[in-house]
Amino acid sequence: MNPTDGPPAEAPGAGAVQERRLHPVTPLRRAWAPLAVGAGWAVHDPDGVYRRVTDLAVETLLLGGAGLVLAAALYGFLSWWFTHFAVTGTELRIRTGLLFRRTAHIRLDRLQAVDVNQPLLARVAGVAKLKMDVIGTDSKDELAYLSERDATALRAELLARAAGFAPETARDVGEAPVANLVHVPPKQLALSLLLTGTTWVLLVAALAVPPLLWLATHSIGLLIGTGLPLLGAAGASSVGKFVKQYDWRVGASPDGLRLDHGLLDKEHETVPPGRVQTVRIVEPLLWRRRGWVRVELDVAGSSNSVLVPVAPRELAVSVIARILPGVTVPEPDELSRPPARARWCLPVWWRGHGLAVTDAVFTARRGLLCRTLSLVPHAKVQSVRLTQGPWERRNGVAGLHVETGANTSVAARLRDAAEAELLLQAQADRSRTGRRTARPDRWMAT
Amino acid sequence: MKGTSMSAASAGGEPVPGGTAVEPEPAWRGLPRAVLTLRRLLLVLWMVPLAVAVGLLLGLLAGPAWAAFAALPAGLLLWGWPLLGRNWRSWRYAERADDLLIQRGVLWREETVVPYGRMQLVEVESGPLQRKFGLASLQLHTAAAATDATLPGLDPREAERLRDRLTELGEARSAGL
Repeated sequence: MNPTDGPPAEAPGAGAVQERRLHPVTPLRRAWAPLAVGAGWAVHDPDGVYRRVTDLAVETLLLGGAGLVLAAALYGFLSWWFTHFAVTGTELRIRTGLLFRRTAHIRLDRLQAVDVNQPLLARVAGVAKLKMDVIGTDSKDELAYLSERDATALRAELLARAAGFAPETARDVGEAPVANLVHVPPKQLALSLLLTGTTWVLLVAALAVPPLLWLATHSIGLLIGTGLPLLGAAGASSVGKFVKQYDWRVGASPDGLRLDHGLLDKEHETVPPGRVQTVRIVEPLLWRRRGWVRVELDVAGSSNSVLVPVAPRELAVSVIARILPGVTVPEPDELSRPPARARWCLPVWWRGHGLAVTDAVFTARRGLLCRTLSLVPHAKVQSVRLTQGPWERRNGVAGLHVETGANTSVAARLRDAAEAELLLQAQADRSRTGRRTARPDRWMAT
Repeated sequence: MKGTSMSAASAGGEPVPGGTAVEPEPAWRGLPRAVLTLRRLLLVLWMVPLAVAVGLLLGLLAGPAWAAFAALPAGLLLWGWPLLGRNWRSWRYAERADDLLIQRGVLWREETVVPYGRMQLVEVESGPLQRKFGLASLQLHTAAAATDATLPGLDPREAERLRDRLTELGEARSAGL
């Protein structure tokens, strides 16, 4: 097969669609697959493997090893050779597969976010993965690997085309300038993780549970079986988070929001304007004295959900004002609480619930110790639902649920029943009209 | 009979103005009586053989006194019969100018509002038993998977009319994500 042999250009005047290959270092990554299978087998059944390996003669072993490496190299090379991608005026096309052909057409106007990720080894090799977040894409649809320069250039091109720039100019638009909004200092990040309850609970559990089990059963398997996962979880929620969220930067550019972070693995995400479905402000109990919050966001099709891991509330509010234009975050005393009779439905915790609806956003708060304030712009509401159980009806309260395209549902529970009924009707109207003022999907198109 | 139809959500479509601030009480429609008949039939079909089987097996193997356990499925049948009726009466839907309302539930009441512009897919489905009773169920999908807007049984003509109308309105008011 001729490498430059692409499909014919689809539209006259659009110019030939140029198919490209991934970076030549890619086969090395794919070559791991057969070796990984062998390693997995060895870990899964160490005794069996040892027995079989010792049974074999040295020549057979060497020959087998060489064959495996060769097969792996061939597999890696072929899968690289048969992977092509091309950017056309409307889509990113990825063709892969030697035996089973697979072509992914990813529509640019459906683009929700673009990620450029660099695992540690990829950083050493100077390459990066590029992934387009569109609803329904999975890990097969990422371009791994491209050289760093190509990845950023391609990202800029994809974003320019998705934004609605003309095809001729899209390639020359280049990187949009970035204005830095937030940078989380490592010290603050470390302190915030130390002030997180779950880390300590997991650590105490990891140190306390296995010895107790040991005293009770004297079984070494049980000791390892419980101790390791608990320690792993504690590590992942503290050290793992620190490594992942180190050097967290949030920037604003005409292309949208930029999120850059990572100590070992670098991740760069770009969320174009108007893609954010939900924003949550989370206030853990121990952070409240310092006035810190965590901001989370939901973008359809994107796996990342953190916007700012830790920041003072004022800063967080100003960032939210940037990404949801026209939205002001309601102050805690602006939220209306459930009626007092709601205490019979949810003792004590009913005080944590609250609701505020403005012209632009539906805001609901829940939680007493760890408070979560969720904001959904009216334009992002997919459907509205009112629910009422028998006990709630007895107490004259009902819950209102608002569903968004990122498969999240925001609930305002324990509202007065009559109020909830009115809210349901009003919310349906608002989410319909909210769309009129929203920006178009192709945000630079005029 | 199984039909699906896509409403292609065009990007940045203009919503059609015309939604008034005050909506009159919408025209509610209930589900056809065949839904209730079908559900009651299913209840009988499950509970009667279960009661007979329990009664016979326990009566023969463990003694006649144990056969009293057959009263359990029988009781469920008697209890479920009116419940199904109440549940059937609670289901109703209404087409408004810009959205579809669905109400259901007796004890756990639920009311869903789906704007036409958010509809991604309308699905009409009819299984063999449903077909026997002249029924078809209709399901709306939006971009949110949590949106649960299903009408479990409709007259096939009504289901098709609703499907075509919803698709048409969905195209006119298309809003996507």
